[in-house]
Amino acid sequence: MRLARHLPVTTLAAAIAVAGQAHAQTEITVATVNNNDMVIMQSLTDAFEQAHPDITLDWVVLEENVLRQRMTTDIATGGGQFDVMTIGTYEVPIWAERGWLEPLENLPDDYNEDDLLASVRDGLSLDGTLHALPFYAESSMMYYRTDLFEQAGIEMPEQPTWEQVRDWAEQLHGTEENLAGICLRGKPGWGENMAFVSTLVNTFGGRWFDEQWNPELNSEAWNNAIAFYVDLLSNYGPPGASSNGFNENLALFSRGNCAMWVDATSAAGKLYDENESDVANTLGFAPAPIAETPKGSHWLWSWALAIPASSEHKEAAQQFITWATSQEYIKLVGETNGWTSVPPGTRESTYANEQYVDAAPFADFVLNAIQEADPTDSSLEPNPYVGVQFVGIPEFQSIGTQVGQTIAAALTGDTSVTQALDSAQRATERTMQRAGYIER
Amino acid sequence: MNRTRASGRTVGGLRTLSLQAPAVSLLLLWMIVPLGMTIWFSFQRYNLLMPGMTGFAGLENYEYLLTDPALWSAMGTTLLLVGSVLVITVVGGTLLAVLFQQEFAGRGIARVLAISPFFVMPTVSALVWKNMMMHPSNGVLAWLAQSLGLPALDWFSSLPLTSIIIIVSWQWLPFALLILLTAMQSLDEDQVEAARMDGAGPLAIFFFITLPHLKRAISVVIMIEMIFLLTIFAEIFVTTSGGPGLATTNLAYLIYIQALLDFDVGMASAGGVIAIILANIVAIFLVRMVAKNLED
Repeated sequence: MRLARHLPVTTLAAAIAVAGQAHAQTEITVATVNNNDMVIMQSLTDAFEQAHPDITLDWVVLEENVLRQRMTTDIATGGGQFDVMTIGTYEVPIWAERGWLEPLENLPDDYNEDDLLASVRDGLSLDGTLHALPFYAESSMMYYRTDLFEQAGIEMPEQPTWEQVRDWAEQLHGTEENLAGICLRGKPGWGENMAFVSTLVNTFGGRWFDEQWNPELNSEAWNNAIAFYVDLLSNYGPPGASSNGFNENLALFSRGNCAMWVDATSAAGKLYDENESDVANTLGFAPAPIAETPKGSHWLWSWALAIPASSEHKEAAQQFITWATSQEYIKLVGETNGWTSVPPGTRESTYANEQYVDAAPFADFVLNAIQEADPTDSSLEPNPYVGVQFVGIPEFQSIGTQVGQTIAAALTGDTSVTQALDSAQRATERTMQRAGYIER
Repeated sequence: MNRTRASGRTVGGLRTLSLQAPAVSLLLLWMIVPLGMTIWFSFQRYNLLMPGMTGFAGLENYEYLLTDPALWSAMGTTLLLVGSVLVITVVGGTLLAVLFQQEFAGRGIARVLAISPFFVMPTVSALVWKNMMMHPSNGVLAWLAQSLGLPALDWFSSLPLTSIIIIVSWQWLPFALLILLTAMQSLDEDQVEAARMDGAGPLAIFFFITLPHLKRAISVVIMIEMIFLLTIFAEIFVTTSGGPGLATTNLAYLIYIQALLDFDVGMASAGGVIAIILANIVAIFLVRMVAKNLED
């Protein structure tokens, strides 16, 4: 290792020559999502390779859903295609329990494990051992345009309620050309519309399952929440709302086509960047609105880097993931791409850094939202699962996708809300019966 | 040497068979191994996310599949999709073939243009239709509607299946046109001329001469299109992802959901077996119909 480090690896030819020697180059394959922060990580490949001359990186960057399919099939069949995988709070505990992920026990001292935010760290651990390192973490919050609110004489309270949001949306909808009162996720998928809808149901007092794992999708709380969502979005939402996900709404809001938007805190950096957003100077933010209860009104998610047990280059992979989630990496991004582009929500030191806090006025706000979200206690009545905007069981991908489709059908008016929830309930019951959680 | 040659001649049948055997068995393997594995998996409890839950499931996969309302809805969607596209492409293709057979200035270029949609990849054409034609705010159709004073239609949420049918028909109409135009060119001009001299109008010529002449070509178009339309996937995946609800989930998309979104290999295989059975039922009828037409 030491020898390789001193070799002048400046050209490709030299790299190939080195590969033939005893201290061979290790190539690791990194699978990641095409989100903004990961694209920055990819663009910093050179910085990593210069610091670790014996490792080269090979990237597989895909859209979230496609990536998830490729990684799941690879890891479940022990394919060993990838050395580093980008997975979220939902997958880590489930995959770790199956022994698919390498436990990360011997992290170097200078990695500063204690600096990681506790709620994020817990979400990525199994029995107290980290199985993935957090790359960035997010909660959800409300964004709004201060210029429109001022014009209409609306004052944003410290904690908005959904009832108020509805009134404001009604008031502001269409006051400018192509202006929607509110933008929300409508695109079906457990990580798309259901992430938002779950928080809405939580705050309306509902839950996915009762303590015996019986689904409660046709309960009164669900009915109220979905009826509210459908009414709000179909009357005051943008055209084609049922096919808008996070990225579509981000584009709409940053072009000034939405008066309000409730979504991930990770969008804040981009919305505050004057080069990328038309509303950077008139951006206001507030906590995610609440209805019956504040519990579970905002979610908790983190994207993390993990090493599959099937990887053949575990040591090199660990060097990479500790680099990409380290304090130095955060500093590097701040210096090369600007402090608002820093991956948020993972380390206390980020929020102690004055340069970041000065550049990002939303910093404390986001930190608070992430620390407040409690995946173990997300609904008014007790529930048996872990997760705010998802249910931490393997079957949830299937359930969330199905229910997401049904909710989208209710949104477009294909079926009524009651019908949609009844069929979602039946489908979920079937899946839970098949998986053996409940009796037939 | 002589002996071998002589024996080769006497048992010629056997020898040919032994020479054919590698090719034939390879082809058989090619077909039987995937089919056999699909059938085998369809009787297994096999979910990628549940490594512990394995073993023989009996008919459980089929039981869940056949009692799933999504299956019947997907079958209906599949048949509706195939049927509508067939009607549109065959009727439209015939009319266009008659039109493009006429002499007019720039006919060559017009023919090439009319046929070109067939050479666009399905994913690309779906993207073009989604973002440039049917988009509720940036689309050409929305612009057209608005300039006529009508509200813009959100195609994929208000008329999901119709939108898919339009996209698929746009792609397959050129194929029907291509085949039928070729058939038109073998139409006997003298016969048409004779009919015209006997006082037959253009409609009569179309129904009594052109259409019967195109009968075989039409049945070929129907058969080939049916085979490809049963497995339409890319257009649905790119535009509506099978939704909203189950509005555009056909059998191929349902199997995709089970295999790659639910990671339930057992269920997906059972779905695959049902799709094979459905395709065979359709094929038996089709092959009979086409064979009958070709005999005439």
